[in-house]
Amino acid sequence: MSSALANHILGVAASGEKALGVFVTSGFPTPAETLSILNAIDEGGADFIELGMPFSDPLAEGLPIQHSSKVALKAGITMKQTLETARKFTAGSKTPLVLMGYANPIVKYGLSNFFRDARSSGVQGVILPDVLPEQDSPFLLAARENGVDLINLIAPTTPEERIRFIDSISTGFVYAVSVTGVTGSDLGSKKPIQTYLKRAAEILGHNPLLVGFGIRSHADVVEMAEHTQGAIVGSALVAVIDALWEDGSLSSLDRLKGVKSFVHELKYGISHG
Amino acid sequence: MSISHDLVQKLPDGNGRFGPYGGSYVPEILVPALQELVINFTQAWGDPTFQQAYHELLETYVGRPTALTFANRLTEELGGAKIYLKREDLCHTGAHKINNTIGQILLARRMGKTRIIAETGAGQHGVATATVCAKFGMPCIVYMGAEDMERQHLNVMRMKLLGAEVRPAVSGSQTLKDATNEAIRDWVTNVRDTFYIIGSVVGPHPYPMMVRTLHEVIGNEVKSQLKQAEGRSLPDALVACVGGGSNAMGLFGPFLGDSSVQMFGVEASGEGLDGLHAATLTLGEPGVLHGAMSYLLQDAEGQISLAHSISAGLDYPGVGPEHSYLKDTGRVSYLTASDSEAIMGVKLLSSTEGIIPALETAHAIAALPSLVTQFPKDAVLVVNCSGRGDKDMGTISNYV
Repeated sequence: MSSALANHILGVAASGEKALGVFVTSGFPTPAETLSILNAIDEGGADFIELGMPFSDPLAEGLPIQHSSKVALKAGITMKQTLETARKFTAGSKTPLVLMGYANPIVKYGLSNFFRDARSSGVQGVILPDVLPEQDSPFLLAARENGVDLINLIAPTTPEERIRFIDSISTGFVYAVSVTGVTGSDLGSKKPIQTYLKRAAEILGHNPLLVGFGIRSHADVVEMAEHTQGAIVGSALVAVIDALWEDGSLSSLDRLKGVKSFVHELKYGISHG
Repeated sequence: MSISHDLVQKLPDGNGRFGPYGGSYVPEILVPALQELVINFTQAWGDPTFQQAYHELLETYVGRPTALTFANRLTEELGGAKIYLKREDLCHTGAHKINNTIGQILLARRMGKTRIIAETGAGQHGVATATVCAKFGMPCIVYMGAEDMERQHLNVMRMKLLGAEVRPAVSGSQTLKDATNEAIRDWVTNVRDTFYIIGSVVGPHPYPMMVRTLHEVIGNEVKSQLKQAEGRSLPDALVACVGGGSNAMGLFGPFLGDSSVQMFGVEASGEGLDGLHAATLTLGEPGVLHGAMSYLLQDAEGQISLAHSISAGLDYPGVGPEHSYLKDTGRVSYLTASDSEAIMGVKLLSSTEGIIPALETAHAIAALPSLVTQFPKDAVLVVNCSGRGDKDMGTISNYV
């Protein structure tokens, strides 16, 4: 299956780099600042960006993203605002944007309306950690109909046969959850994670493999992505944003510089001036 | 065994669906564990050794069969159909919840799991889980909303005394919904050695089916007890309160195929249907929460709304998926009772029958005055007296 997002990730990997995906919650700390934060992440060198659609009951999230979702919802973030931010970002950047969120707000919005509006906002893929990959699921049909990649996850508990099935049903990439846990978990001993990722990479035949959950630094990216095309960082950036915005002595320009510099260091291992 | 026959005959289908409801909406990490659970529960339920262990504990530890009491003074007072009470309040720990935790802990042991987690709202399921963990010597962690821990302090003490660790859920509204989120996050993290004992007919497949099946002992006993008392095994109607809906499914389940039996579920309308309430089936819309598609209380953006009920056990913005299906098909009628009607229900049952019901149960009692007069005087209604009211005396004392 040909996917622009998959080709983009494979292109980055072919150049000898690891593809870096960076997650941020839409509407955090405020809906008005999300676009500037996306641009700062882009300038920092992210190869693609995941924009989180906040949900009141995010099952797969650890504390930083739970907190950011709560703040964004309190600030009144809506699905329409998130899609509008996506549209503005993709109008000004070639960096692929994917949306990540939970089933209920999408069911409420209407599946075909959601994937149609995501597509027209320039969104290339959607990740829904509480929607299981299923042949002919209404989510998959609506995504396909609108030419949006539905990116599925695998976990350390996923058997080989199911990894093969998930690969066959996914487009864009396959998202390997590093450890049994929520986002931002401690990685613990890295050896078993690498063994699992190596095995998963060998099984995959249709999609690039990216690893996420608990990845905090450039060193983590390098180590965890040894057998994958790249890695995804979320909670660590959300925590950095939280700290930057809590610091009353910083100007908004300083804060955005801080975001850019953190992403640059994740990607290249050196901070950006 | 007739019960495994029921499993085949009834919904859910192979994907855990009750019509469009149910299913599994969970992180991929849990998929093998849920598949393992489906296989193990089905095998265990068909295994006479498991059945024997389960029924022996229900008899010698829980105190089953529980009585079916003819509520003669209540019947007289209301002037309508004959009312029988299925006395789940007489179960060990004071409510029906333990039927389920006995079954699930036997399954956990059979599957070689070494650590038990649970969520709790009012604390009744937490106590029932802590109780069986003590009985079987297994470590137990109960997630409970920080706000509920204050409201239900006595149950927190009971759980601690029983050896459980009670972990406050401090996210979101700090109630049952958030305790459930925390329990699922724990399970995602410790899935290899941990068994999650869910307390109602909610959650991903197979929980709604499994929890219903483990509570169907309630309805099955009613069938034979009514035969003794009235010379017929089928009542004219069944009544039960519905939060997540486990006591209702336990009573309704064995009668679903008996079309002459009418069924009424009573939800909590809290301050009133135009105020804060927990009437999920009455006013909610279908959506996805805690692993299943079902009716939910939600806003225009699909964010989950806060529920409210005077009864912590009904204070939940979701409901079991099978109830959603039974509502849509019209098989069960869903009514509501408000906070003040529930207090009236407590007083009514206490003064006429000498039984102080739990606030949850009081919602079912509150529906009776208008319900019984719709039936002829020789009709028979069975109400699930799902729990006793000792735990609620603090709340009730504000109204007496």
